[in-house]
Amino acid sequence: MLLEMLQSLPQVLIDGLALGAVYAVVALGYTMVYGILQLINFAHGEIFMTGAFIGTTFFILLMGMGWVSSVPQIFVLILVLIVTACLTGLLGMGIERVAYRPLRNAPRLIPLITAIGISFILQDVIRFIAELSSGNYIVTGPSLFTDQMTISFSSLSSIFNDASFKTSFLIVLVTAFILMISLDYFINRTKWGTAMRAVALDRETASLMSINVNKTISITFFIGSALGGATGVLFAVQYGTIDPFIGFILGMKAFIAAVLGGIGNIRGAMLGGILLGLLEMFASANLTLLTGGIFGAEYKDVFAFSILILVLIFKPEGLLGKPTAEKV
Amino acid sequence: MPILEVNNIETYYGGIQALKGISVYVNKGEIVTLIGSNGAGKSTTLKSISGLAKVKTGSILFKGKETMNKPVHETCLLGMAHVPEGRKIFSTLTVKENLLMGAFSVNNKQLIEERMEIVFGHFPILKKRLEQKGGTMSGGEQQMLAIGRALMMEPELLMLDEPSMGLAPIIVEQIFDIIKKLNQNGITILLVEQNAYQALNIAHRGYVIRNGEIVLSGKGSELIENIEIRDAYLA
Repeated sequence: MLLEMLQSLPQVLIDGLALGAVYAVVALGYTMVYGILQLINFAHGEIFMTGAFIGTTFFILLMGMGWVSSVPQIFVLILVLIVTACLTGLLGMGIERVAYRPLRNAPRLIPLITAIGISFILQDVIRFIAELSSGNYIVTGPSLFTDQMTISFSSLSSIFNDASFKTSFLIVLVTAFILMISLDYFINRTKWGTAMRAVALDRETASLMSINVNKTISITFFIGSALGGATGVLFAVQYGTIDPFIGFILGMKAFIAAVLGGIGNIRGAMLGGILLGLLEMFASANLTLLTGGIFGAEYKDVFAFSILILVLIFKPEGLLGKPTAEKV
Repeated sequence: MPILEVNNIETYYGGIQALKGISVYVNKGEIVTLIGSNGAGKSTTLKSISGLAKVKTGSILFKGKETMNKPVHETCLLGMAHVPEGRKIFSTLTVKENLLMGAFSVNNKQLIEERMEIVFGHFPILKKRLEQKGGTMSGGEQQMLAIGRALMMEPELLMLDEPSMGLAPIIVEQIFDIIKKLNQNGITILLVEQNAYQALNIAHRGYVIRNGEIVLSGKGSELIENIEIRDAYLA
């Protein structure tokens, strides 16, 4: 049994890493907003979904233009990523302005419910537009980066099987890591990033430092939503077919990744996302084996969530979260 | 002309009136102290001046310009710095990052460096602790950081809310010495304190607040002698 698990390990790692990277970038959006407003922005999954739709629409439009096919696909992807990130970033900023800012001082439950409302609105608006324009809300984008690649792990050791993947896997992975590293740099090394951390800690005192708190919160929403939208594009590239409801379960998983890593903690969200992706892929590959066929691969979520529950029982603040104790 | 003129302001917290017509002025170069017991309205007065608390009626003139109810991040650009009660340093930011936040509105790197050197001149300990997280320092060091952070704004008026709170007597003395020195360097100071005697000792003038009203004002040395002070406290 162990041998079989080892055999599939390279493939599990590669698939898990790509899925985990997607979770991680989306989780960043949850954790940033939570860090600064203590709000769980349930609409974030829908921003991701909106990004997937905007990206796919752009791909279809661009691919329809003859000259684009002579441009390397990677440039098209970069263009689509940037445009989509800007649009979803603005969307997130707008949502904050209209739906959350008026409730800034309301009890925490109220903006939470508003966020759920916003997520329903986004789902239905996108479904409406997609259905109106194409007669079907399930949309398939152009297939990109479909070349198969194989890494010959078997030449390293005969225990392993070879791992194979589409080029798109690599694209997803590399882009997601670039996004994460840039964000980490931004938060920890730049003035506005530091201001964001300051506002997250203490809004009043931050404003005494002449930091414009509303602007800082807007920037946070912009960046979080831009990351979410860009990941939506990656998701569309990876899986091809999207519908207006993909944001719910993925958003849920990303939220859980954020909690797993310690909500409010940027690096925690990254770690949590990647861990959750790996666990899920591991379960999906080995669950049948491990349970002697009682639970199939479709129980992968149960496995992943059980791990989450265990982590939360023994370390409720998350893997990288710090227990809140402050010197007064 | 006074650098700060607060005229008859009234501030409410919800339905509760915290300030019932407070008038205070501060001349350039002075140390002025607001003293009074817990809940008298001292902190609220400072918050009303910096914009953290919404004022209902009255007027606040800073350097002759109306600043009442302006957004906080704008009032502190005018040259007033407010060191809040309880120090409120950014606990998970390093000492350096805390100081940099004080100079948030400054984009000139060299200017920031210069100001930081001035802060180190007053608080050499901060230089040694630059990369340490603010929250890991002792209370006295945190107070020094809080004042240092405010000095990064190069304020003309420095408003300090109970800088002696929770500190050992020897540290309190140090802090008061520094306040005096900052004043000698030309910074006007508005000092809120419960520690009445020490505050009045270094202040040029003082006001006693009780229940949201000024009940007494005068020169620092006179107020110390004034027996009514004790009454105001005991009440």
